[in-house]
Amino acid sequence: MTNEKHHIVPYSTYAIILAALLLFTFLSVAITGIELGEFTVAGALLLATIKSYLVLTYFMHLKFDKAYIRIMVGFVFLVFLAVIIITFLDYYFR
Amino acid sequence: MQASSHIPHDVSYLEYKGKHNGLLSWILSTDHKRIGLLYMYSMMTLFLVGVVLGLAMKFELIAPGKTIMDAQDYNAVFTVHGVIMIFMIVVPGLPAVFGNFLLPIMIGAKDVAFPKLNLASWYVYIAGALLVIASLLFGDGSPDTGWTFYAPYSFKTGANMLPAIFGAFVLGFSSILTGLNFIVTIHRMRAPGMGWTKMPLFPWTLYGTAWIQLLATPVVGITLVLVALERIFGIGVFDPALGGDPILYQHLFWIYSHPAVYIMILPAMGAISEVIPTFSQKHVFGYKAIVASTMAIAFVGYFVWGHHMFTSGMSGTAQYTFSILTFLVAIPSAIKVFNWISTMYKGSINVQTPFYWAASFIFVFMIGGLSGLVLGALATDVYVHDTAFVVAHFHFIVFGGVGFAFFAAIHYWFPKMFGRMYDSLWANVGWIIFFIGFLALYSPMFYLGMQGMPRRYYDYLEQFHAANILSTLGSWVMTLGLVIIIINLFRSAKSGPIAGKNPWNGKTLEWTVPSPPPVENFETIPVYHEKDGPYEY
Repeated sequence: MTNEKHHIVPYSTYAIILAALLLFTFLSVAITGIELGEFTVAGALLLATIKSYLVLTYFMHLKFDKAYIRIMVGFVFLVFLAVIIITFLDYYFR
Repeated sequence: MQASSHIPHDVSYLEYKGKHNGLLSWILSTDHKRIGLLYMYSMMTLFLVGVVLGLAMKFELIAPGKTIMDAQDYNAVFTVHGVIMIFMIVVPGLPAVFGNFLLPIMIGAKDVAFPKLNLASWYVYIAGALLVIASLLFGDGSPDTGWTFYAPYSFKTGANMLPAIFGAFVLGFSSILTGLNFIVTIHRMRAPGMGWTKMPLFPWTLYGTAWIQLLATPVVGITLVLVALERIFGIGVFDPALGGDPILYQHLFWIYSHPAVYIMILPAMGAISEVIPTFSQKHVFGYKAIVASTMAIAFVGYFVWGHHMFTSGMSGTAQYTFSILTFLVAIPSAIKVFNWISTMYKGSINVQTPFYWAASFIFVFMIGGLSGLVLGALATDVYVHDTAFVVAHFHFIVFGGVGFAFFAAIHYWFPKMFGRMYDSLWANVGWIIFFIGFLALYSPMFYLGMQGMPRRYYDYLEQFHAANILSTLGSWVMTLGLVIIIINLFRSAKSGPIAGKNPWNGKTLEWTVPSPPPVENFETIPVYHEKDGPYEY
């Protein structure tokens, strides 16, 4: 597709994102050593969410892609969220 | 834009000699049409295995007590029958065969977006199938959990579960790759001028299906990995003895496996939506309503999985929610049936074999769908849960739906795929025998279930004997019909009369290319104009 623009991401950006991902991975491991009670899982999920956001935004180029691609990915997350909410209609009310 | 190539346009995909000859020219081909046929022949082989296992089950049930196998063998037979039929036949079914063969042609493209990935999907499919078959031949006995691999039994049983679980996991990758390929193909490779509202209905259903394949399949993949880890390491996610929750397995399994029913049925509905306008010689009634109902089924179908679990101990709130959502999904299904019937109304109906299959599809699908309401309602579901009623409902939907649509599709597109016509008389004889056998096989199961006969038992009380005899006889009649259909199609593919490029007067793009199509389908990519549409009669 020669008639389409491609955004060139500098290597330095990828290096920063890689460092951030490694940092959050270490944090994910470290957080298990802290007694957070019922928030332990929530903390791990929060870190995983941040990592996913970085991967999707930079490594998968969503930041530089067309709006409809971002909408499609957003729609997937909405479906995922709905599945979790419906599943918890069982667990919370059991 | 697609690059032009040196491949001559007057040579069909069946005759084209590429770099390789013989078998290699098939198993190394990236032509979407050859890959479609590779899937078809692989599935037919596996389908015959599944049919033999089904016949064995029905033969066992011809009389109470042991007839030809004991309880453990029966458990293994219904498990392998289910795994083969679900994961290897009906889930990939229409998308892998007819989607691969026809999607690029119907949207005016030369191939799918990623032809090599497409061939890789077939290899992954074969690898998964071999793993499942290996579970039968090696190890400590065939899997005996049923196709659902329910926890905790799936990691407690001494049977050979790991290859079967891993095989189903691998098969999922084939499904994901095909779905991804189809989404990109439909977004990026439609003919110039073919907007979304000009795209034929079969590609639309493939599009909805592809999204489900992409979003739902990973869930079952990770679930099966967890079962494998539970078996090997005892990680305790699903094991109640270790604080795990076996109902969580059911949630995760059905989050995939109920949408998988729509992976099966949506392309079947798409094929029927092609057959009916062609044989009614009339513009399809309510094109946009059919498209909207397709996407609505794909979307709402994602949130109804809990109706498989009404008796599992799930919370009442979840039960009510899933029951309401299940009734919601009946609405777009009914819209489709209304549109098909309305398309026929005042049409110039040409009663040919594909039309017979399509009309009987509507009949059996309606029975399957309406019996589904009995299972979607909480009070009645408790009564018939895990009885033969569920088996009847399931087979009316999955075999009556997908199977009948598959046969409608193969009889509809056969002249395009092979460039030859089949013998209509034998095709019709095969259809009527199959149809009668189908009804005799599965209808008694509704009665048996209402009377309380449980599913998955190799033995039963004497009061169920008469209906079981009828059901077994039905399986023999249906198999006779199947044999006639398959022999007729095989013989016709070799020596049937030559078919023209448009024997049914169809209006979609596949009927504008020669039969069988050339390797790259179109000499020049067609251009859609404002007045053009897929069903303009």
